[in-house]
Amino acid sequence: MVERLIGRSGRKGSSDADLAREPEAPADPTAAVWAKVQLARNLRRPRTLELLALIADDFVELHGDRFFGDDPAIVAGLARIDDRRVVVVGQQKGAETDENIRRNFGMPHPEGYRKAMRVMELGERLGLPIVTFVDVPGAHPGAESEERGIAEAIARSIALMTRLQTPIVTVITGEGGSGGALAIAVGDVVLALENAVYSVISPEGCASILWRTPDQAPAAALAMRMTATDQLQLGVVDEVIPEPRGGAHTDHPATAATIKTAVVRHLAALERRPLDELIEARYRRYRALGAFTTVDLEPVAIPERPGFADRLRNLLGGSARASNGTGSNPTRSHDEPPAREEV
Amino acid sequence: MPIKLPSFRQRRDAYPPDLWTQCPSCQEMLFNKQLEKVLRVCSNCGHHFRLSAPARLNLLLDPDSFEECDAGLQSLDPLGFVDLKAYPDRVSAAQATTGLRDAAVWGFGSIGGRQVAMCVMDFSFMGGSMGSVVGEKVARSAEAALARRIPLVIVSASGGARMQEGTLSLMQLVKTVAATERLRLAGVPLISVMSDPTTGGVFASFAALGDVNLAEPNALIGFAGARVSAGTIQGELPEGFQRSEFLFNHGFVDRIVHRSNLRDELVKLVALLAPVQLPAPSSDNGNIPAFRPLSFLSALAERVIPESDEAVRG
Ligand SMILES: [Zn+2]
Repeated sequence: MVERLIGRSGRKGSSDADLAREPEAPADPTAAVWAKVQLARNLRRPRTLELLALIADDFVELHGDRFFGDDPAIVAGLARIDDRRVVVVGQQKGAETDENIRRNFGMPHPEGYRKAMRVMELGERLGLPIVTFVDVPGAHPGAESEERGIAEAIARSIALMTRLQTPIVTVITGEGGSGGALAIAVGDVVLALENAVYSVISPEGCASILWRTPDQAPAAALAMRMTATDQLQLGVVDEVIPEPRGGAHTDHPATAATIKTAVVRHLAALERRPLDELIEARYRRYRALGAFTTVDLEPVAIPERPGFADRLRNLLGGSARASNGTGSNPTRSHDEPPAREEV
Repeated sequence: MPIKLPSFRQRRDAYPPDLWTQCPSCQEMLFNKQLEKVLRVCSNCGHHFRLSAPARLNLLLDPDSFEECDAGLQSLDPLGFVDLKAYPDRVSAAQATTGLRDAAVWGFGSIGGRQVAMCVMDFSFMGGSMGSVVGEKVARSAEAALARRIPLVIVSASGGARMQEGTLSLMQLVKTVAATERLRLAGVPLISVMSDPTTGGVFASFAALGDVNLAEPNALIGFAGARVSAGTIQGELPEGFQRSEFLFNHGFVDRIVHRSNLRDELVKLVALLAPVQLPAPSSDNGNIPAFRPLSFLSALAERVIPESDEAVRG
């Protein structure tokens, strides 16, 4: 995994050859998706700090969660963009191996999300809109992360963002790696760069569980429909921001300029809306995401049929499962090894 | 962390698996009928086997008090997801094995005579994974609890978000937490009961955010898969990593409760946590208090009610 995070390309800077080269657009859909995943993970893709240097006129980074420490995998602070004061939160991978190690390959610990919450709450109190930049393989999955409550930190950050009384614009700039991404990606508007990806689990993790081998990661990437365009179609993303030819890594200033235009346009629109209406619309945005249907069937507890408790007694007596003809063994089905996912 | 599977090889003939279950913890052979009678807890070592959603409801609610809501919700296949099997086939197979339509059941019931909204998950349905249906049911249960101002009890048993619905499953983290957050702000309690396992996106959303978090003993509770943690990050995992007691020791679980005491604990908690009933809105404009911190949420609750017709009807 570390190798994948560092990336194949260890070269510094960009060369003319890179700028001129078109990304290969393979005809095979699996290869095409996999090429996008590689672009999203490209080591020289601009990160939050690089983008801010190009987008913001001022940026003052704030450090520390006031509980435990400062997480270098998440940066947060106050910025001025186009004469507008904003609060910024984003993940930060390193460009070089040394920096990547220092920043834990961009995988935040709980203190990173708690810092993000602290600074976002500050934004709410000051009436400043929030802009977040998402680029993370996933939250840090180690023992220390669990000890300090990574799940609680992510859950609480999501909860906070659903109710913050200030506009939130989120930009997925690279890897949208599951819960670790979502924790700072609950926005009124969610934008994604053209070659960004967003998924519930890494394609490697998905393939390991469902295909039983990480080698099927490209197939899993295709099945999960993780590209920015797919996410736009699913309604998870509201707008796709085009990248320079060859990908964002080939031209940081051009990428930053396009992002800035889109962010400023959305902030301007969101700022005109009354806050209570904004919060309600944000609630409805996420409330509407999902795909299910309602099929007709009798409710469980109606008087004409055996009561719920009777049916349960049958079930516990072992006759219900045997009589439904499936021949399944409830004991086994209840105690299979858990199908785990890395969020 | 390798999962030790019970070995039936030597004694298979003596203990046919449809009649006997081997305790994965102490290796004792347990007679299935007897196991069901003791709430699926090993009589030898106290190992808590997983419980189905109906058995869980029966264990926790007052007899015959459960009215299920939204029983007809069924997942679609928004991605056209196929791995080694097509997603709709996996759903059908799970429905046939469990008799459930998806991995969660919710409705109204009473605990010690007090009304609650309750949502329980069932691990035997695709690992209890949360896709659109589970997310919708949790959100509806929270919205209904808010509308009625009754406590919400959620019993989790889940490996996390359902991969086959992609980021739509991930979005259920926001959907559920947005709804439980409104409960929290309105002073309506959420009791989260974590059973084995409560991991991934379910733990990283509503399950971690209870006003009171209870856990069954030795349940697997964690964010990242242990295999992922061990494989990705070099180094030994601590003893008891991601078990209830680990979570308790690190301050994320209020109480570890043996299954035989779980109902009694809930009876006490529901009584102690009962939300303050707001006075009925008066048309008399003369005595509006200067500061009404809950007015914003009451307005929200009113807006929520029309959307949850089906929920309230149940
Ligand atoms: Zn035992």
